[in-house]
Amino acid sequence: MTDPSPEIDSHSGVETTGQEWDGIKELNNPLPRWWLFIFWASILVAVAYWILMPAWPALPGFQGNTTGILGQSDRVRVAADMSVLKAGRTALSARLTATDAASVLSDHELSQQVMALGDSAFGDNCATCHGAGGGGASGYPRLADDIWLWGGALQDIERTIRYGIRAEHADTRTSEMPAFGRDAFLTATQIDDLVQFVISASGRKADAGAVVRARPVFEQNCASCHGFDAHGDRSKGAPNLTDGEWLYGGDPGAIRRTIVGPRNGVMPAWGGRLDPATVRALAIYVHSLGGGE
Amino acid sequence: MTLYARRKQIYPQLVSGRFRTIKWAVLAATLGVYYLLPFLRWDRGPDAPDQAVLADFAGGRFYIFGLEIWPQEVFYITGLLILAAVGLFLVTALFGRVWCGYLCPQTIWTDLFIVVERLFEGDRNARIRRDKAPWSFDKVWRKIAKHAVWLLVSFLTGGAFILYWHDARDLTQTYFSGHAPMTAYVFAALLTATTYALAGTMREQLCTYMCPWPRIQAALVDRNTVAVTYRSDRGEPRGAHKKGESWVGRGDCIDCKQCVVVCPMGIDIRNGPQLECIQCSLCIDACNAVMKKVGRPKGLIAYDTDDNVVRRSMKQRPAPFQPFRSRTVLYAVVFALTGGLMAFGLATRSDLDLSVSKDRALPYLELASGDVRNVYTIKVANKQRAVRDLALKVEGIVGAQIEIVGESDAAAPGHITPAPDGVDRYRLLVTVPAASLGATSAPISILLFDGGRPAASATTQFQGPEH
Repeated sequence: MTDPSPEIDSHSGVETTGQEWDGIKELNNPLPRWWLFIFWASILVAVAYWILMPAWPALPGFQGNTTGILGQSDRVRVAADMSVLKAGRTALSARLTATDAASVLSDHELSQQVMALGDSAFGDNCATCHGAGGGGASGYPRLADDIWLWGGALQDIERTIRYGIRAEHADTRTSEMPAFGRDAFLTATQIDDLVQFVISASGRKADAGAVVRARPVFEQNCASCHGFDAHGDRSKGAPNLTDGEWLYGGDPGAIRRTIVGPRNGVMPAWGGRLDPATVRALAIYVHSLGGGE
Repeated sequence: MTLYARRKQIYPQLVSGRFRTIKWAVLAATLGVYYLLPFLRWDRGPDAPDQAVLADFAGGRFYIFGLEIWPQEVFYITGLLILAAVGLFLVTALFGRVWCGYLCPQTIWTDLFIVVERLFEGDRNARIRRDKAPWSFDKVWRKIAKHAVWLLVSFLTGGAFILYWHDARDLTQTYFSGHAPMTAYVFAALLTATTYALAGTMREQLCTYMCPWPRIQAALVDRNTVAVTYRSDRGEPRGAHKKGESWVGRGDCIDCKQCVVVCPMGIDIRNGPQLECIQCSLCIDACNAVMKKVGRPKGLIAYDTDDNVVRRSMKQRPAPFQPFRSRTVLYAVVFALTGGLMAFGLATRSDLDLSVSKDRALPYLELASGDVRNVYTIKVANKQRAVRDLALKVEGIVGAQIEIVGESDAAAPGHITPAPDGVDRYRLLVTVPAASLGATSAPISILLFDGGRPAASATTQFQGPEH
């Protein structure tokens, strides 16, 4: 290193780095000029970038990062993009809200837009609970079948989406099943008999004696909502107990849990979160999943 | 061996001859096509661009004259790339680096830039003299003018490139008023910079150091490949020759170095085949002119095979050109197969695509009536520029009822009217009486009819409860 005169490799005539590893010396060839140029240019570009664009976090005198003199901000840009998107959708939204939900589908352009909008809005907002494609999950009704708690016509679905179920909205769909066990309306024996009754109502084999014992209990406590024939009542969102479809499970234990202390699940009112056009598109989309009425 | 060679400036001398003429013609033709093609018009009706060749990314279409390629048909572009690659293999196996010598953009634009250079700074000797001379007004203005014209040509090159991605007439107007898309400015600037750097200053270094093609080509040629060759058997021993001296006992090469001074790569072809040689055949022109002058036959440097060089050195007769060799036949067969497949695909290309995907959230739905329902999402790509009225039918299960969501024209049930030049989406509800469902799952066909004629079809499964 301290050698003042660099060693020249006798074969190539190029100076060496002066270092030696296991008898191998490295030639100190100059870098290609174009490479060197690009190297310096990259450094200059980096400096220019620091000045122009947001780059350095937490420098004194700045709240957060440096902002750069171009004032580029992804937040602002996204907001601008979103407002452009919104403006582009205004015409469609206006037409969609002005058109009766049932006649949207006879407008080819509108129906195509609704299919796309409904699909993406369902994925963003509904699929988390109701499953992709409306397959449903325990506690979250399946939307792709023809069994509806609150009605499967277009306007029923739209109302459910807009105001929610047991949600914080004046027009929300409300009804609560009492906690027959927890609040001691019924005795444990009565509940055991009712479980057998519900099992028999859905066409399965049950303890005949228990079913006979349970009938008056059912008529007194349950029939006002679920009906004397146990077919349910959509105006109260009371499920049909005979169709073999269970929101919280249909085995004796699950039925017993429901009678003892029902969950009374909540669906938010989407009218406050989504614009009317999206709600309408969602209603039409859900209606088209397979079992719309 | 040195790892880094300082660049020696190359001053190729102007040469005239058969191959130079061919190269001028190729240069004029390729540059002409490149600069003018975007301005060629092609009528596709009122709702479509009228540019003959256009890659419309925003609209998702690739227009080549009468052909409209959709994004899902991008395999045609892949096929085109395969054709280009195998075609290049074939030509290289037959005639060496024809691509490098005549057609490569690097060669074409370098040639064009040398024309400009020659215009301002003169031919080889004048350029060398001026570069060695101290700076003067004459030298300065010539250099400035040369670089200015180079930049102009570079800008036209980058500018023409962006015309392939956006309507050319529209872009030539909006570009200079500052209203063109940002990508147009970025790519024009990028291509201007690369053209200026690659054809103006880097030149042969691109071929020698950066381009992978010279390395690949070494594996593509064999001893029967025709290539630019110095016939050493005839040329050696070389040496200066005075007029009237005997040619007996010496070679035809008079060591005039004309082949070296015209070479754009700065090499000596007499050293045999070299990685740097792009086989532009300008040395053939140069040598032929010299041979004519000294009264010896042409072709001391000529297109020839390695095999013949060996034969000649062993005093054997040169063999005739063999175009049919295992590798050339293989390349030709692959080329013909790919081309044939593409031609077949294009000829039978449908202007209607139907794709069906079954809803998976619920495999089947048993309605209260006992019927079984399956739901499908169907996508119909209408590649015509008119609304179509298509009848949709489902075959495979007796008594299947259909309902189409997304098109409920009461007047014509079972009909869809996909919009022109787009993809429409519908949901198809197929309901089947439980009795006619024999097995758990049955194949069904979804058919589209245009005016009674089958237009498109797709098969899928209909699922029912387990028995």
